[in-house]
Amino acid sequence: MAEAERADGVELAPVPGGKSWDLAGMEKLSTSAVAGKVLAAMGDEDPDIVVLTADLKFSNQTVDFERAHPERFVNVGISEQHMVSMAAGMASVGLKPYVATFAPFVGLLAGEHIRTDLAYPGLPVRVIAHHAGIAIGFYGTSHHATEDLGLMRSIAGLTVVCPCDATATEAALRQTADLPGPVYFRVGRGRDVPVYDALPEAHWTLGEATVLREGRDLTIVANGITVAAALEAAGALAGDHIEASVIDAHTVRPFDGATIAEYAGRSKRLLVAEEHNVVGGVASACAEALVEHGLADVKLARIGMPADEYSLIGPPTHLYRHYGMDADGIEAKARELLAD
Amino acid sequence: MTNPLDVDRTAQVQEVRDRAAIVRRETVRLVGIAGSGHYSSVFSCAELMGALYSGVLRIAEDPDWPERDRLILSKGHVAVGLYPLLAERGYFPEDWLDSYTRLGSPLGDHPDMRRIPGVDFSSGSLGHGLSIGVGMAQAARIRGYDETRVWVLLGDQELNEGQVWEAAGSASHFGLGNVVAIVDANQMGLDGTTEETMSVEPIGGRFEAFGWEVTEIDGHDPEAILAAAAALPPATGERPQCIVARTVKGKGVSYMELSRTWHIGYLDPDDAAAATKEIDQRG
Repeated sequence: MAEAERADGVELAPVPGGKSWDLAGMEKLSTSAVAGKVLAAMGDEDPDIVVLTADLKFSNQTVDFERAHPERFVNVGISEQHMVSMAAGMASVGLKPYVATFAPFVGLLAGEHIRTDLAYPGLPVRVIAHHAGIAIGFYGTSHHATEDLGLMRSIAGLTVVCPCDATATEAALRQTADLPGPVYFRVGRGRDVPVYDALPEAHWTLGEATVLREGRDLTIVANGITVAAALEAAGALAGDHIEASVIDAHTVRPFDGATIAEYAGRSKRLLVAEEHNVVGGVASACAEALVEHGLADVKLARIGMPADEYSLIGPPTHLYRHYGMDADGIEAKARELLAD
Repeated sequence: MTNPLDVDRTAQVQEVRDRAAIVRRETVRLVGIAGSGHYSSVFSCAELMGALYSGVLRIAEDPDWPERDRLILSKGHVAVGLYPLLAERGYFPEDWLDSYTRLGSPLGDHPDMRRIPGVDFSSGSLGHGLSIGVGMAQAARIRGYDETRVWVLLGDQELNEGQVWEAAGSASHFGLGNVVAIVDANQMGLDGTTEETMSVEPIGGRFEAFGWEVTEIDGHDPEAILAAAAALPPATGERPQCIVARTVKGKGVSYMELSRTWHIGYLDPDDAAAATKEIDQRG
């Protein structure tokens, strides 16, 4: 096995015992990196789990699953639509397939396949859409996915979750393991700032928006990379005696609109920050929740990709700064909203 | 002295003819309920579907038997021809047929695996079926179902869909000899002849180039269909199998044969009666 790992010229961490991954120290890993390791461990316990990828096993670290369970790993090459349909066929025979590839090539390119072959028949296929949003930076718009939530959250029977760090990713994978229908996991490129490990009292529960900080002046709803940024922004605002609640709206479908409405209804100011177009994603879901709860008087501000723009070219962190998705951007927008 | 095997085959050939007539007759009746339907696409594969349900598919009384053969109608618009055969097998009550396409009916123009016992996968979006079949075949391998075959019925115009070839390449790459693609080469799509609209020939040559073993048959000849099925190598083999069935769109009702206008259509009651009469005579 050691030879095979070297053969690709990629330096890889050893797998203890050649089997499942040592889950200790996971908080140091990113969302993308963690999924393959968690799946390898889950695969030890569940012989029905199979993993498919489309020539990206090193990018999404599903190679960790391949090392542990090579007979249940399928690399389809560069054919993402085929991969989703194939996983549907496997699920119909009783297996539990996880498919992983870059978010634009599954959440957008294979969007119809997710609808027609996974959600409509209600099959337990899990889609891991990684490097979502503008996380892949200077690769450009072809490799960005800033519209996928808009499509995914309108698909009946699909569960949509956006874990923000390694701990949340593991929780999301494990808590959805026995769902009868399909799941779309929207994860980042990695290098994610730990949120849940730094807040050991915070619990990630599928379907429940997590309130990470309480404050009466403003409600900030975030998801994915903006969660850590929102917490940092809330800390800075507190220095000026502005108290903001921070909510991780990680489960986008079914959406916990009640929690959002409860907090936004009290603060009367709601700021939504997401790595997605401002149309169709979490901000839209929040707006729907507010109106449904009779809270149309809540002032809403949105941070995300502007409605009619495609991203500039640039390193991801520079782009986050440019589009105000980082802590400074969220803090500035919050002050603007409160001054309004 | 007559060889008993020949007797069996003769009886089986007659069964195929009978079922093909059921498919055509019931299609005329059910499309009459709906007010519109895909008559001629069904007619081209009536013998193929008849043969599959006359001893070719390895299926059981329980439509959910895990080790059964699977059938995917990748050309899902021929579901109306499948329903009578599933009802005949007792997978659902015959009177479901009378509800065809009515509000809340399990039976629509395209098949729904969650509503209809005996439907192995929901289809309708062309180009998906072979990928789904490859997934089922791979799962059968993982599960150790050595005798299970996965049959996928495709249209010829459907071969324009790029995903078909993603699936075709992966079936041979993964060594899935348990996949059988049947191409209903009825020579027509919606807008005209397949070769005019967007050519797909040589169909067999294309599959061969993707590593498949190809057999060409007359898709309206029950003996040829049964012989091709009987000649398939064991499902444990490595080469995926393709049967190119040369057929005639609209076969069985003379004025529909190779007529562009009958891909989707509606027969008024008098014409339906005439069509049924011709089916009965030719059946």
